[in-house]
Amino acid sequence: MADVHLLEATVVVVEEHVSFTLPALCRACGAEPELLESMVSEGLLRPAGQGPADWQFAGDALPQARRAARLARDLELDLPAVVLVMDLLAEIDRLRARLARFA
Amino acid sequence: MDFKDYYATLGVEPGATHDEIRRAYRKLARKFHPDVSSEPDAEARFKEVAEAHEALIDVERRAAYDEIARRHAGGQTFEPPPGWDSGFEFSGAGPGGMPGRDDGDGPGDAADFSQFFESLFGRSAPGGEPGARRGRSGGGPAQGRDHHAKVAIELPDAYRGGRRTISLRLPVRDAAGQVRLQERQLEVVIPKGVRPGQHLRLAGQGAAGHGGAPAGDLYLEIEILPHPVFRIDGADIQFDLPLAPWEAALGATVTVPTPDGSVQLDVPPASSQGRRLRLKGKGLAGKVPGDLYAVLSIALPPSVSDSDKAAYRAFAQAFAGYTARTALED
Repeated sequence: MADVHLLEATVVVVEEHVSFTLPALCRACGAEPELLESMVSEGLLRPAGQGPADWQFAGDALPQARRAARLARDLELDLPAVVLVMDLLAEIDRLRARLARFA
Repeated sequence: MDFKDYYATLGVEPGATHDEIRRAYRKLARKFHPDVSSEPDAEARFKEVAEAHEALIDVERRAAYDEIARRHAGGQTFEPPPGWDSGFEFSGAGPGGMPGRDDGDGPGDAADFSQFFESLFGRSAPGGEPGARRGRSGGGPAQGRDHHAKVAIELPDAYRGGRRTISLRLPVRDAAGQVRLQERQLEVVIPKGVRPGQHLRLAGQGAAGHGGAPAGDLYLEIEILPHPVFRIDGADIQFDLPLAPWEAALGATVTVPTPDGSVQLDVPPASSQGRRLRLKGKGLAGKVPGDLYAVLSIALPPSVSDSDKAAYRAFAQAFAGYTARTALED
C-alpha cells in the first residue's frame, strides 16, 4: 500500500522562494480569479506588476488568500469584513507573541 | 456508522426554519472557525457544524435527511436502507461540486465530511474530475489540481532540517466511481529553518493531470509541535535559564541547551530576573537568521536543614539595609 517517494530535489519553502502569477495562485488556492482580483482591490494582496496579466504575488500571498477565502466562505463575510477580521487576527497574533516574550 | 443528529449539532429544533438554521450555523461558525477560534477542539467542532449546515441548508438534502431520521430509531447504529434515496431527486452535484466549496481547502471542506454524510448525499471525488471545473468543460488537457495538507514536525527537525516520512490520505475515485481514501507515504526533506505556518511546495505531487497536462502540486503547511524547553517566536527561539542567586549576582559560565546541542554561555555579573541573553544567529536559519534567547530566572535554593536556614540568616544580615519592595513604597 505504501509507496515511499523521495522528494529531496523538489521541496521549496513557499514564503521564501516562490512567487505566483495570477493563474498559479488561483490554482494553488482553488479560487476563481475574480475573487483574487477583489482581494487585490481591497488591498489584502499586493502583487507587483501593472495589471492582472503581469501580477507577481509573493509566496506569503498563498496563506493570506486561502485564509481570506475560507473566512469569506465559512463565515459568509464580504471582502471588506474579511480584511477587517484578518487585520484584527494579525494584531492578536502580535499581542500573543509579545505576551509570550514577557510571560 | 453512527447516526448524526444534525439538528442537535446546530442546537435547533427539527422544525427550525431555514433562517433559524442559517443563524445557528453563523453563530457556531464564528465560535469554532479554526481561523478565529481559540477553542481547543475548534477544527473538529467546526467540521461537525459545517457538515450539519451543508445537510440542512439545502431543501432537498434536508427533506431526504428528515425522511431517514423518521425511520431511524435512536441509539441504533445506522445503515442507509438500500435504494433509500430512490424517491428523491437531487438537482446538483454533491457538496464537493458546489460553487465555493473547493476540496482540500480548509476545515469546511467536503473532503472532510463524515461517512454518514457521504452515505446519504455522496460526494464528488476531489481531484478526480478536472473536467467538472468551471472553464474546463471542454475535456482538453488540464493540469491536475493542487492539494493541501498540514504536517506537524518536531522543533529540532525544523532547526536542523531533516527527512521525515509523512502519511497523507487522499480521496480518490476508483473505477466503479466510489470514493476511497488512498493512503500514501512521502519522505519529505524538511528545509533547515522552516517556521511554523510556512508552506512547503512539492512540485508534481498533487492530483494527476488530464490529457498529458502536468500534475498539480502538493502544499504542506508546517506546524511545529510544542517543545518542553524551547519556544519559537518568529525566527527567534527562547528558553528559560534558571540561575542560582550567586550565579546571577557574581556572573558564571553555564552550560545551556540549544536545539543543536549544548554550548557554554557567560552570564554577566549583576544579571537580573527576566534579562534576555542573546546567542546571535542561533535561532531558526533563513535569509535573516533568528537569534536564540536565554531568559534568566532566579531559582531560590530550598531552605530545609538548619545549615540552609543559617545560610539565609547570614545572607539577611549581610544585606541588612536591603528592601525587596522599593517599587511598592511611596
